Amino acid sequence: MPPSEILLGLVIVAALVLYVALGGADFGGGVWDLLAFGPRRAAQRRAIERAIGPIWEANHVWLILVVVVLFTAFPRGFAAITTALHVPLTLFLIGVVLRGSAFTFRATDLNHDRGQARWGLAFSLASVVAPWLLGATVGAIASGGIRVDAQTGVVSGGFLAPWLGAFPVAVGFFCLSLCAFLAATYLTEESADSPAVQEDFRGRALAAGVAVGGCALAAFLAAGSGAPRIWEGLVHRPWALPFHAATAAAALGALRSLWRRQFRRARVLAGAQTGLILIGWATAQYPYLVVPDVTIWNVAAPARTRTLLLGALAAGIPVLVPSLWLLFRVFKAERQRT
Amino acid sequence: MFERGLALSPLLYARAQMGLSLAFHIVFAAAGIALPLLMVIADALWMRTRDPEYRELRQRLAKGTSILFAVGAVSGTVLSFELGLLWPSFMGSFGSVIGLPFALEGFAFFTEAIFLGIYLYGRERVSERLHLFAGVVVAASGAASAFFVTLVNAFMNLPAGLQVEAGRVVAADPVAAMWSPSWMHQSVHVLLSSYQATAFAMVGIHAFLLLRGRRPSFHRKALGIALPLAIVTALVQPLSGDRSAKQIAHLQPLKLAAAEAHFETRSRAPLLVGGMVDVERGRVTGAIPVPGGLSFLAFGDVDAPVRGLDAFPREEWPPVAKVHLAFDTMVGAGTAMAALAALMAASWLRRRRWPEQRLMLWALVAAAPLGFVALEAGWLVTEWGRQPWLVRGVLKTEAAMTAFPYNAAPFWLFTVLYVFLAAIVGYLMWHQIVASREAVVPEAPRPAGAAHAAE
Repeated sequence: MPPSEILLGLVIVAALVLYVALGGADFGGGVWDLLAFGPRRAAQRRAIERAIGPIWEANHVWLILVVVVLFTAFPRGFAAITTALHVPLTLFLIGVVLRGSAFTFRATDLNHDRGQARWGLAFSLASVVAPWLLGATVGAIASGGIRVDAQTGVVSGGFLAPWLGAFPVAVGFFCLSLCAFLAATYLTEESADSPAVQEDFRGRALAAGVAVGGCALAAFLAAGSGAPRIWEGLVHRPWALPFHAATAAAALGALRSLWRRQFRRARVLAGAQTGLILIGWATAQYPYLVVPDVTIWNVAAPARTRTLLLGALAAGIPVLVPSLWLLFRVFKAERQRT
Repeated sequence: MFERGLALSPLLYARAQMGLSLAFHIVFAAAGIALPLLMVIADALWMRTRDPEYRELRQRLAKGTSILFAVGAVSGTVLSFELGLLWPSFMGSFGSVIGLPFALEGFAFFTEAIFLGIYLYGRERVSERLHLFAGVVVAASGAASAFFVTLVNAFMNLPAGLQVEAGRVVAADPVAAMWSPSWMHQSVHVLLSSYQATAFAMVGIHAFLLLRGRRPSFHRKALGIALPLAIVTALVQPLSGDRSAKQIAHLQPLKLAAAEAHFETRSRAPLLVGGMVDVERGRVTGAIPVPGGLSFLAFGDVDAPVRGLDAFPREEWPPVAKVHLAFDTMVGAGTAMAALAALMAASWLRRRRWPEQRLMLWALVAAAPLGFVALEAGWLVTEWGRQPWLVRGVLKTEAAMTAFPYNAAPFWLFTVLYVFLAAIVGYLMWHQIVASREAVVPEAPRPAGAAHAAE
């Protein structure tokens, strides 16, 4: 079996993939709420609300899992990240709070029309800002701009510079466009009962898919000087080429399926594309937790903690998986039949 | 500490932000534990009696739960990050020690969120029985979440499983750390307080609406669900508090001394109720002393010696005046609730029905906020009472603070955000759920056949 440092790193990556593929799409729903236009504006917003309502809180917990595994398994890595990225993480949290509360307030507010406008704006603006900040945070971690003293753990590099460079900014937009793409793609499937709305989301998904490609290219080019180690990993490692090919195939496949109105297939391929993007990034960054000073080896918790944590995770999964299966079966499987 | 002079030091801002975030979250967390239980009870009664008023009560409770849980979930997320944003050295050194209960809490939170989604949105998609089961899971996992988080707080108060050499932790056992000596007392106290605070708030609201003469039959049914929970918790909680105080007397004597503003070590120590604490002179003026009361409370013997603040170095003292005030507030509110509960229980035993006299109902209205007052005050006792330590005896709060130099900015941002959210939640809860005249959710008839999609 691989060492527990690697297993726990894999858990973090897996939870991040699920957070982006599921929770990211909920943010993306907010993006399309903000950008709702045309004669079916209200119907689009209803479809978004219906799709997100039952599941966003569960999807959100993947983020909690990332944080908990990070600070339990790699405590000083977590401390370095939360110190250096205090500003974007605080702003991200404000986005998270506003998004979740405003969404729920909107669903509760009985003055639906007025409430819709008031809370809808807070919900959708927060949904745009939060994924950008999340992407910029990830970009900053990968950029190499955050320096951590090995002895003292003191963090240097500034509180703004690491996440406001060209590379993290590009990764922020990459993340935002990816969330929007995922949401629009899932929403095509979700709005099968209304072909016109489905077409609206199909158009948005295609546009967002192209934007994802553009942002990916921008982030890739910015990595050359903005994140040299990631660039190195993305370009020179032996697995790099086949991996990029697989990611591109998934991305183009998703677009093709959207074009041909094979919406179920598009959903699967868009999810796969997201997974491949994040796994590609994680592999390029391996073994660094915060480039270039913190690795999964030099900040790992004691072995006993790592074993216990893996045990706790293994114990939780038999509860979690059937529960999630039930949730998605109840809310997402039914529409396919009708 | 920087309590004086440059009053708004970075440390104070960091503590204020953490305190604000917790004080805010704790209300939603407590309601998120207790409301689902009340909701499930209403639901079960609806299923048994088919009385539409129970169905409506269930709907209103579900609606309230959906708001409170959502705000609780996002404010809880803020906290999980703030542990690192504000106290990175704490997490760097102790993240691996306290991570286990947090991981288990994560799973409890997962099941809570999943089954709440099914409960709130799935009524027409799942069978009635699965629907009720989802509610039960929400109630149970809410309690489990609170239990796991309280384990971490118990560790901070009484760290266990650590090997400390010359002030540095050299080894830690995460399993032993989960079971601090105070885990049982604290978790029982916290869980009871959550049910108690929520039940008293709900009782007060429905008593008020009864007084206004609105739909007496509906509000009496609501009282019938919430009042038993309020009575039982209010009567049991003082016992739990007493057990806890006796343990604190043994294991955290400084915290007890601060809570009781007990300056001088002595036998037959008096219990001081209220009063102004003068820390400089080591005196309390205007308090009502109960001779031997503290000795009796702490050790069950009016003559037992009780260590005072003078037995501890001055720099280790928590902020005595604040801890004492918070402690008296908690005990005062708890006593008032227990007395009211005893009265209500007596009245029920005599007449087999809940009181309807206006005076009794007004008393319940007046008691509505007491549960949450006691809950916040009790939490302040344990947090202020542990200062200047973050992990008692091992890590000072000051030493754990972030190097981020502009702590004022996030503090004010979160203050504005939380005050705004509190106002909105209060408004929505009152106008759209509690006092709204229309049925909250007009329920469509269940489509035949479609109900069994997920069985």
